[in-house]
Amino acid sequence: MKSSVITFPGSNCDRDMDVALKKFGFKNKMVWHNDAELPKSDLIVLPGGFSYGDYLRCGSMASKSKIMKSVINFANSGGMVMGICNGFQILVETGLVPGVLLRNKYLEFICKNVFVKINNKTNRYFNNIKNNVLEFHIAHNEGNYFCTQDQLKEIEDNDQVAINYCDENGKVEEHYNPNGSIKNIAGIFNKEKNVLGMMPHPERMIDNCLSGEDGSIFFNNLINNLK
Amino acid sequence: MKISVVITLKKDVLDPQGKVIHQTLDGMGFNDVNEVRQGKYFEIDTKEDDPKKAKDKVEEMCKQLLANLVIENYKIIDLK
Repeated sequence: MKSSVITFPGSNCDRDMDVALKKFGFKNKMVWHNDAELPKSDLIVLPGGFSYGDYLRCGSMASKSKIMKSVINFANSGGMVMGICNGFQILVETGLVPGVLLRNKYLEFICKNVFVKINNKTNRYFNNIKNNVLEFHIAHNEGNYFCTQDQLKEIEDNDQVAINYCDENGKVEEHYNPNGSIKNIAGIFNKEKNVLGMMPHPERMIDNCLSGEDGSIFFNNLINNLK
Repeated sequence: MKISVVITLKKDVLDPQGKVIHQTLDGMGFNDVNEVRQGKYFEIDTKEDDPKKAKDKVEEMCKQLLANLVIENYKIIDLK
């Protein structure tokens, strides 16, 4: 399976993602944002970081970069595109997934482990995964997912919520919402479920020395689903 | 031609920074403030001399990049 990770100026989780993808069997290539063409890939990843210094709105500049035209075409033709953290912010700015990510409700940068409940397994990201709850890491300042009431209805009608913040048993309550996201939303799909944007970083949970291995479950499952 | 644009958050969007500014003003003794909403201001100097064309172009810039219309409104406040 071939993957590509896009590096924008200011990306800082691109190499972590490269390590994670390779560990679970992907042949990964790093792609510079100013390239026009994508290498042949089964999965494109937009990594976390602070692309363009978070100027204007997080992800807004990166969403207009040269490579993104190819990424949008790839996504629109059914290709798998996953945006993590700043990558999620870039995805919402392209319009590939609905909504926006606002400043965290309590204006704090949050860096901690959280539990997320998998809301939808009828897609190539979470299909066949045994767990209902995964422990991932979050590190963000703008992860407060927001959308209009009309968009929320459409998202729910189409079952586009991927993961919600919850407790270790999968209970989704406001108390376990770290950033003020509508309905505890931590990740969301496009309508066709080939594009996934999520705030948590599975690539930070691929080794016991990195505080957990639930990311390993995610990546192992992902590569098997793509085979 | 110089065009000034103001971008503000839509009414139903939470503005935690505006709230904190409000609280701080309150603590400083400015007790008659009802609400503070924080926004963005842009000055765009363009080669276009025709006011209508310049305005249209800046509107496109707002729609495509400067504002995110899910949460923000834009307003051209000055053309000269």
